[in-house]
Amino acid sequence: MSQSLKIENLHATVDGIEILKGLTLEVPKGEVHAIMGPNGSGKSTLSKVMAGHEDYTVTAGSVMLDDINLLELEIDERSRAGFFLAFQYPHEIPGVSNANFLRAARQARLPKGEEVDAVAFYKEMYLKMDELGMDRKFTGRSVNEGFSGGEKKRNEILQMMMLEPKYAVLDETDSGLDIDALKVVAEGVNTMRSPERGFLIITHYQRLLDYIVPDVVHVMFDGRIIKTGGKDLALELEEKGYDWVTKELVPA
Amino acid sequence: MSIVLTPMEETITLEPTEVWLSNPPVTESDAATPIWYRELQEKSWERFKELPVPTRTNQHWRFADLKMIRFADLASAASASDSASLIARATANRPADFAAHFVFANNRLIHSEIVDLPAGAICLPLNEALAAHGDLVRGHFLQETQTLGGDKFAALHGAATLSGLFVHFPKGCVSEKPILVHHFSGGEGQLTFPHTLVVAEDNAAVSVVDVFESITVSEQTLTVGVVDLTADRGGRIQYVSLQNLSDNGAKHVQINNTRAGRDAAVKVGFINLGAAWVRNESLNRMTDTGADCQIFSANLANGIQEYDQRTLQSHEAQHTTSDLFFKNALYNKSRTIFSGLIHVKPGAHHTDSFQTCRNLLGSEEAEANSMPGLEIDADQVKCSHGSTSGQISDEEIFYLQARGIPADDARKIISLGFLNESIEKLEGDELKAYLFAAVERKFTHLDESA
Repeated sequence: MSQSLKIENLHATVDGIEILKGLTLEVPKGEVHAIMGPNGSGKSTLSKVMAGHEDYTVTAGSVMLDDINLLELEIDERSRAGFFLAFQYPHEIPGVSNANFLRAARQARLPKGEEVDAVAFYKEMYLKMDELGMDRKFTGRSVNEGFSGGEKKRNEILQMMMLEPKYAVLDETDSGLDIDALKVVAEGVNTMRSPERGFLIITHYQRLLDYIVPDVVHVMFDGRIIKTGGKDLALELEEKGYDWVTKELVPA
Repeated sequence: MSIVLTPMEETITLEPTEVWLSNPPVTESDAATPIWYRELQEKSWERFKELPVPTRTNQHWRFADLKMIRFADLASAASASDSASLIARATANRPADFAAHFVFANNRLIHSEIVDLPAGAICLPLNEALAAHGDLVRGHFLQETQTLGGDKFAALHGAATLSGLFVHFPKGCVSEKPILVHHFSGGEGQLTFPHTLVVAEDNAAVSVVDVFESITVSEQTLTVGVVDLTADRGGRIQYVSLQNLSDNGAKHVQINNTRAGRDAAVKVGFINLGAAWVRNESLNRMTDTGADCQIFSANLANGIQEYDQRTLQSHEAQHTTSDLFFKNALYNKSRTIFSGLIHVKPGAHHTDSFQTCRNLLGSEEAEANSMPGLEIDADQVKCSHGSTSGQISDEEIFYLQARGIPADDARKIISLGFLNESIEKLEGDELKAYLFAAVERKFTHLDESA
């Protein structure tokens, strides 16, 4: 059995325009990989395609979660199979409390006829909220409604902690965060690092990688991975800027 | 300054005159009731006979399906046969914390429990209150002469033997726990007349919840209810109507008249889940400085249900405030009508008044009609009104699905949340949970009736 999140030769279009142009990478269980790239390189498209957003059409390639072809599953089935995407812009759901939302997500993972144990659920949720420094009043508030940028990102990490995916993709989780919120979010991710779980962290800035130290760094440009290296690649990129990528790394 | 925004008149179509019923719906000997009351009943009956059946020429019935009020063979309800099981139904499912609980079936009291009423409070079935506190009732009972179109129904109500409660909280008398009232109706062609009369004197606070349910499904019944709410200086009233009648045959008319006095605050909530046809009229008058009225509604319409709601926020004094927030979730071929007017009367300066109606369309065939209106005859006024109709956003569904929740469940959760936004504005966590659970139960049956 495979033990990785494996993307192979992925091509995807939006409104007929090709954004992903044969992207290949593999995140083995237990590793943290980062994808860095300039704006417009297709980073967020990659995350949406993996989650199954309907605006994107996959024209070739595969995404394998262990032995499961993710692209053959419905959006919700992907999540239940162990895939998680922390959104860059989490949606607001008016009138639906955070607690009820998480409970419904947990309920969806149980066999028919079984109910979430409410007491244990709240206990676990409160514990994880404490870890993330989230006030308990967030359980009763509508999902993401009126949340600050930092609160929304913490809420994404809370969901990840409660759903315990096999592979998690974090899409620009650092954008809009002040340094304190960034540390809290990174801490949440670090406590979830395990030999049983893989992470793919999409970011524009190297800053996040000071706190979540990656095993592997990929550089993405124009819908493909154009360079892969160790954690130092992120520093090099930060120092030389994305011009370096576009001018020197892109094969002529 | 005067701004008038009202919808255009519709083409005139005349409906034939009808006779709904030929004798006054009086079922009990009213010997114990005061003379003024019997006279009022007689006058109301005369007025009922004179008044025409509403037609399309009446602006207040615009968009209404007038077939719904072609009544024949109406009769005052006979006693319900199985009181014990109705009492069991009413008591099995209720908020744990309440001040008192009364159960009426077909216009008759079948159960009462007083748990925790503050000293001085009167909480009695209306017929007993008429006998024991006639003068107190008289000052607040059916005093409102304006209607939002339902004058024939109001006259019929006035002529009838009534059920329901008289709740009188004297000066400073406060209870945070709600008084619960169940109203059951059943039997082919049966009429019931619930009346809820709530008075909060100076700085008193009271909460009353009316719950309407059918005894059995698929019987043609008609409820003609009136609610009179009066809050005096600094008084607070919360009134909630949870209408959960059978969607197969039951029709429900409820006319609410609210008067909020100086610095008084009144919250009114309408939750409509059942009945084939519903007409809610909510007339809210802020008669003295500092009065505040908040009117909320959460309606879940399915099948061929029609919910017709007409409201008035009448600002009659300075520094008065009001907020109306109505939500309709519609499925299948259901219809809703919202017609609301904010009227800031001359001299009612420094008024803040808001009105919002939102419709969530869960089907292509559902129809939501909204007619917001604004009439301002004062200065230094802050007003807004608006209505929106739309479907659940794909992005919201995607977000829930991305957490493993199947698409159908996601739609349900989002729709529930949509209605919950209105319920959330009421007071009392237990009461809100009770109302929310009722909405949730209807959702679980939506698929079956689809």
